[in-house]
Amino acid sequence: MSGQPDCLRLEGVRITRGGEVLLGADFAVAPGTATTVMGPSGSGKSTLLAFLAGFLDPAFMAEGRVRLGDDDLTRLPPQARRLGLMFQDDLLFPHLDVAGNLLFALPAAVRGRAARRSAVDAALGEVGLEGFGDRDPATLSGGQRARVALMRTLIARPRALLLDEPFSRLDRSLRGQVRDLVFGVARARRLPVLLVTHDEEDAAAAGGPVVSLRAM
Amino acid sequence: MARAEPAAAGSPALGLFPVALIALLAAPVLAGLAGVALPAFGWLPALGGERLSLGAFAALAERPGIARSALLSLWTGLGSALLAFVATVLFVAGFAGTRTFSVLRGLISPLLSLPHAAAAIGLAFLVSPSGWLIRLASPWATGWTRPPDLLVINDPAGTALLLGLAAKEVPFLMLMTLAALGRGGGAATAMVTASLGYGRVTGFLLAVLPRLYPQIRLPIFAVIAYATSTVDMALVLGPTTPPTLAVALVRLAADPDLAVRFEASAAALLQLGVTASALAIWMLGERAAAMLARRAARRGRRDHFDNALAAAGLAGTGLAAAAVGAGLVSLGLWSVAEQWRFPAGLPDSVSLERWSAALPELVATVGTTAALAAASTAIALVLVLGSLEAAERRGSKGLAGAGLIYLPLLVPQVAFLFGLQVLLLAAGVTPGLAPVLLAHLVFVVPYVALSLEDPWQAFDRRYARAAAALGASPARIFWRIRLPLLARPVATAAAVGFAVSVGVYLPTLLAGGGRVVTLTTEAVARAGGSDRRTLAIYALAQTLLPFAGFVAAALLPRLVHRGQRAAGGVR
Repeated sequence: MSGQPDCLRLEGVRITRGGEVLLGADFAVAPGTATTVMGPSGSGKSTLLAFLAGFLDPAFMAEGRVRLGDDDLTRLPPQARRLGLMFQDDLLFPHLDVAGNLLFALPAAVRGRAARRSAVDAALGEVGLEGFGDRDPATLSGGQRARVALMRTLIARPRALLLDEPFSRLDRSLRGQVRDLVFGVARARRLPVLLVTHDEEDAAAAGGPVVSLRAM
Repeated sequence: MARAEPAAAGSPALGLFPVALIALLAAPVLAGLAGVALPAFGWLPALGGERLSLGAFAALAERPGIARSALLSLWTGLGSALLAFVATVLFVAGFAGTRTFSVLRGLISPLLSLPHAAAAIGLAFLVSPSGWLIRLASPWATGWTRPPDLLVINDPAGTALLLGLAAKEVPFLMLMTLAALGRGGGAATAMVTASLGYGRVTGFLLAVLPRLYPQIRLPIFAVIAYATSTVDMALVLGPTTPPTLAVALVRLAADPDLAVRFEASAAALLQLGVTASALAIWMLGERAAAMLARRAARRGRRDHFDNALAAAGLAGTGLAAAAVGAGLVSLGLWSVAEQWRFPAGLPDSVSLERWSAALPELVATVGTTAALAAASTAIALVLVLGSLEAAERRGSKGLAGAGLIYLPLLVPQVAFLFGLQVLLLAAGVTPGLAPVLLAHLVFVVPYVALSLEDPWQAFDRRYARAAAALGASPARIFWRIRLPLLARPVATAAAVGFAVSVGVYLPTLLAGGGRVVTLTTEAVARAGGSDRRTLAIYALAQTLLPFAGFVAAALLPRLVHRGQRAAGGVR
């Protein structure tokens, strides 16, 4: 675990399927900045994200490297990459309460029931959800769920964030608010963020470079 | 362009289908239970029992070994279910989405179509003291030149039965787990847990399984009910002195002294109690496991020996598949073995003589078995499809009384079938083909309904709406749109129903009064004898018949949809 923020690098990434080239990517995301990958559906945005996170379907072939700081992630299993992943759906575990969801994500290195609980309470406080620990996720509003999902991702102390259209299911009114929160937190923690979207507003809010994938 | 449509689908008679379905599921079970409850307390006027008493229970308690029989049933039933469940869950947890997974997954259907009796006989051939395993290891590894004097199968503790049951239940639990996994977002949750740093197995157990489990709970209960009360597998692999409770019950029921029927009825109630206790113990285990899992989830430990657990799951499921498969191969070898001296790994000489000697009788038995299976499957399909269509037109989701589908699978067969036999006898009905067909239906209908319900619900209703907008009547939509598009799942459900009918033992035995001979009753009856070769032939025939059904189910829809690539693709 290095204290230094790391840069996320995609070096000569090329994903093919049955000999056909699906996409190529070669860029770096600096700490505290967000790069947006845009493209129409079918252009392989989600495939790129799956490759980065380590979930590429065996039907695809990939070459190139993914680096985080000095580490080469390309051959690491998904659970060793420490990339925070957020999807369209918040995927909160319905069988655990809000605190349970965050405790699941909190590293085991934080020991002791009291210490763990106070870390979780602090995280909830950070997004204005003090006292929500004992709530059933099903009783939360969409905006509250999105904030819990964000904190669940962050409390695991990821080294970078990968976002797969995470705002597209939110109401218009909530969207901007949650978007600002996510990018603000990522900037404050100096995390490199890779956002995949087809929404221009998302890309504008991310504020960083935009990489376009063409359907090849 | 109007074509004649079969009238039934459009008539109000459709409303009768759900009623018939529910009656068929519930009536035999409830009547059968009444048929044991009353005699157990001394009331059976046909046999002179006209006063309520506890005499039958007292007599049963006096029987030597009865308590041990009950404990054996509890132990082998619960133990096998737990073993099969743990192996299945660990394997799915450790390998879902990998190549190993798709290989083993391909084995599920053929293993599932395998009747319990054939699996048990194959396993017995494999592991008995003169079985294939010991032959393969002798004399070079064991030093044995004669079959050792070991009690491998029929061991008094029921270990062979327990392991055999577990091996046979793994494919069923696997299929149910995969179906449930396909319905819920298991894959997405697995990505979340992995990105949070969790190993495959820990992530699955703590985050995916808690939501998956409620969907596989009833199938697990059915497995427990079956395993605590099986007769055919226990006759082949189980202990003999004393046997498991269900076997003891069948012996009491076959006693020529009709007065013993009262005692047998009491034993049936005891069997009900044993199965209920097993389910209760399982439910306590569920609670404890859920509590432990919730606690573990809050601690945040990422890896609980994931690799070892995944390896155990692979070993368990792989061993189950390999044992059952090797058992079948040894059946094949024995069926053609002319001479096979003991330590030799393969027969000294082979011939088809036994097959040709067995053929005349075999053909007749296959005929009876296939006719019963085809008839019960056809009736079940009509009932289930009619009920689903009736529900569709009422605009309701799913079958009416869907909860009852599991009833015949959750009540121990031996308990209510024996009661049914007593009632039929009391009513003067002669045992024979008709009662057997009815008894088969009690088990064929639930499995047909279970395998059709999911694909029926998943069917894209917009096709039906589009057809309706074009002016098609509900009947026309059913016959011309829904049924052809669901050809594949309907064919699969038919194969499942056929396999269930071929495989059931007790319904044939008890409702047929020994007069109806199927491949299964014949194979189990011969399992006690000394003619290994003919036994192997019957067990193989019992295996091949349902397998042929699955092959036909895979091929037929292709013929129906010749030339259309997308059609028939509805699962």
